[in-house]
Amino acid sequence: MDNLNHLIEGFGHVLTPMNLLFALIGVTVGTAVGVLPGIGPAMTVALLLPITYGLEPTQALIMFAGIFYGGMYGGSTTSILLNTPGESASVVTALEGNKMAKSGRAAQALATAAIGSFVAGTIGTALLVLVMPQVVAFAINLGSPELLAILLVAFVGASAVLGSSRVRGFAALLVGLTIGVVGIDFVTGQQRLTFGQPMLADGIDVVVVAVGIFAVGEALWVAAHLRRKAATVIPVGRPWMGREDWARSWKPWLRGTALGFPFGAIPAGGAEVPTFLSYLAERRLAKHPEEFGHGAIEGVAGPEAANNASAAGTLVPLLAIGLPTNATAAIMLSALQGWGFEPGPFLIDKQPVLVWTLVASLFVGNTMLLLLNLPLAPTWAKLLQIPRPYLYAGILFFATMGAYAVNAQPFDLFLLLALGLVGFALRRFGLPVLPLIIGVILGPLAEKHGRRSLQLSGGDLSGLIGGPVAWVCYAIIAGVILWPLIGRLLPGKRPSDRDHTPTEASA
Amino acid sequence: MTIVVGYIPTTQGEAAVTAAITEARAHGDSLLVVNMSRDDKLVDAHRAASTELSRLDAELTESGVPHEVRRVEHGTDPADAILRIIGEVDARMLVIGLRPRTPVGKLLLGSTAQRLLLDADCPVLAVKAH
Repeated sequence: MDNLNHLIEGFGHVLTPMNLLFALIGVTVGTAVGVLPGIGPAMTVALLLPITYGLEPTQALIMFAGIFYGGMYGGSTTSILLNTPGESASVVTALEGNKMAKSGRAAQALATAAIGSFVAGTIGTALLVLVMPQVVAFAINLGSPELLAILLVAFVGASAVLGSSRVRGFAALLVGLTIGVVGIDFVTGQQRLTFGQPMLADGIDVVVVAVGIFAVGEALWVAAHLRRKAATVIPVGRPWMGREDWARSWKPWLRGTALGFPFGAIPAGGAEVPTFLSYLAERRLAKHPEEFGHGAIEGVAGPEAANNASAAGTLVPLLAIGLPTNATAAIMLSALQGWGFEPGPFLIDKQPVLVWTLVASLFVGNTMLLLLNLPLAPTWAKLLQIPRPYLYAGILFFATMGAYAVNAQPFDLFLLLALGLVGFALRRFGLPVLPLIIGVILGPLAEKHGRRSLQLSGGDLSGLIGGPVAWVCYAIIAGVILWPLIGRLLPGKRPSDRDHTPTEASA
Repeated sequence: MTIVVGYIPTTQGEAAVTAAITEARAHGDSLLVVNMSRDDKLVDAHRAASTELSRLDAELTESGVPHEVRRVEHGTDPADAILRIIGEVDARMLVIGLRPRTPVGKLLLGSTAQRLLLDADCPVLAVKAH
C-alpha cells in the first residue's frame, strides 16, 4: 500500500510541465535513435550524459528512461520495414515482421508491435512497482562479499551467456576491467596504468569511454562500410489492426511480457534471449504454424512485447541493487554516480522522490510512445532517408563536445579517439560491447567490495565467500563457466551451435 | 543514336519515359532508362523496385523501341551518374521529369534537374507530370 502512495506521489511530480516536456523529448529522441540502425539508446544516453550534469537529476533520468523505452519501440519499425534491426532487441521481430511488410501487411505488423510494446511496457512497469521494494528489502541486508558475488555473476553473465563466443565476451570484459582500473588505487594511493601521465591519475571518465566506444567506434565502423546499396521504400499506411489480428495478438503479448520481464531483471538477461524464446514459443503454440516464415503476426507480437517487458525488468536490479543488466542501464548507473548518488539498496530510501517519479514517468512515457508511434510510423520511417554522412557528422560533433565538456581537458579528446579505435576494433573482430562497458562501470565497484570484504576478514580469502547468497552466486558462476565442459562429457548431447545468434551488441 | 531517360518511381518519372518513347519512335532512336539510388542512404525514395523496373521493361518491349534499363547503385549524386552515362553512350538527347520545388527546398537540397539542364552536353527534354 505504501508503494502505491509513493507511486501516486510520483505521478504528482511527473505531471509538471517541465517533467512532461523532458519525458516527451526522451521518448521522441528514443524512437528516432531506435529507428536508425547502429544508433541506439546506449549511445544516445552516453552522448547526452555530459549535457545532463547541468540538469536536475530527476528530469535527466526521466529523459533517459524515455530514450530507453523509446528505443525499444523505434527498433521494431526498422526491423519490420527494412529487415535491418535498429536495435539488437528487435532482431527477432525482423523474421516475421519483414515478411509481413513484404506481403503488404506492414501496417498490421507496426500496429501489433506498437500496441504490444505498450501493453508489455505498462504491465512490466506495474510489475516493477510490485517487485522492486521486495528486492530492496532483500538486498538491504547484503554485505560486501555478497555484493561482490552478485557483481561477478553480472560479469560472467554478460560475457559468457550473451553473444556468440565466450572467448570474445571475456576478452571484451577484460578490456573493460583494464580501462576501469586506470587511475589511483583508492586504498594504497598507488598509480595504476597511468604511464606517468598525471592526466590519467583520476582515471578515465566513463563518459569518455562510453562515447568513444559507442559513438566514435560506430562512426568509424560505418565510415569503413559506407558503400551499401539503398533499399526501396515500403509503403506504410496508417497502422491498424483488424478483429482477427487482435484475436491473434493478445495472447502473444501477454506471453511475451511474462518471458521478457524476468529475463530483463537477471544479470545475464538482456532483451535478446527473451525475444528469441518468445518467438520459439509462439511458433510452437500457433494455430497456423505453417504461416511462420511467411509473416505470422504472432511472431511480431510476442517478441515485441518481450523486449519492452525486459526493458522494464532491467530497471528492477538497476534501482534496487545498483546492478545494470544492459548497456543503457550501465550508462544510467554511471549518470547516477555522476550526480553523487550511491546506487544500491539505499537509493530508494534516500531518494524516494527521484525513484518514484522515474517509475511514474515510465507509465506516462509509455502512453506517449503509443500515441507517437501508432499514427506517426510512416513519418519515423522517413528518418531512414537521411544520408548517413550527415547523421554521423552530427554524432561525432556531439561526441567530441561531450567528451571535452566533462573535464574541459584536450587530453580527453585524444583518449576519445583512442577509445574510438578500440570500439572500431571491437566491431571489426566481433567482440561484444556490453561486457566491456559493464567492466568499466562495475569493475571499480567490484574491486571496492572485494577489498572491503578482505579488510573485514583481515585478508583471509574465506571472507569472500560469506553467506548463502554468495554461495548460490558462485555456484551459478561455476555452472555457467563449466557448462561447455559438462555438455561435452555428456554423450550424444552436443552443445547447440550458437553461431546464428547475432553478435552485434546493443549499440 | 541513344536517348537517355532519368527515371524515378513517381508520376514525373513515368511522364519522362512516355515522352522519351514518343521521341524515340519519331527518330528511330534506342532508349536507355537509368534509375539511380544513392548508396549513403539506408532507404532511397528514388530507388525503383525490381518489380517496377521489370514492369517498365515489359512496357518498353511492348512499345517496340529498342531499349535497356540500367540501375546505378553507387555514388551520392544522381546528376553526376546521369551526366557520366550521357558521355559514355554519346546520347542524342536526355529526357527528365520536372517537379515543383520551393525556393528554400532548392537552396537546401540543390536541384538535380537544374544541374542536368545546365551541364548536359546534349539537348535536354524536360517534361512535367499531368
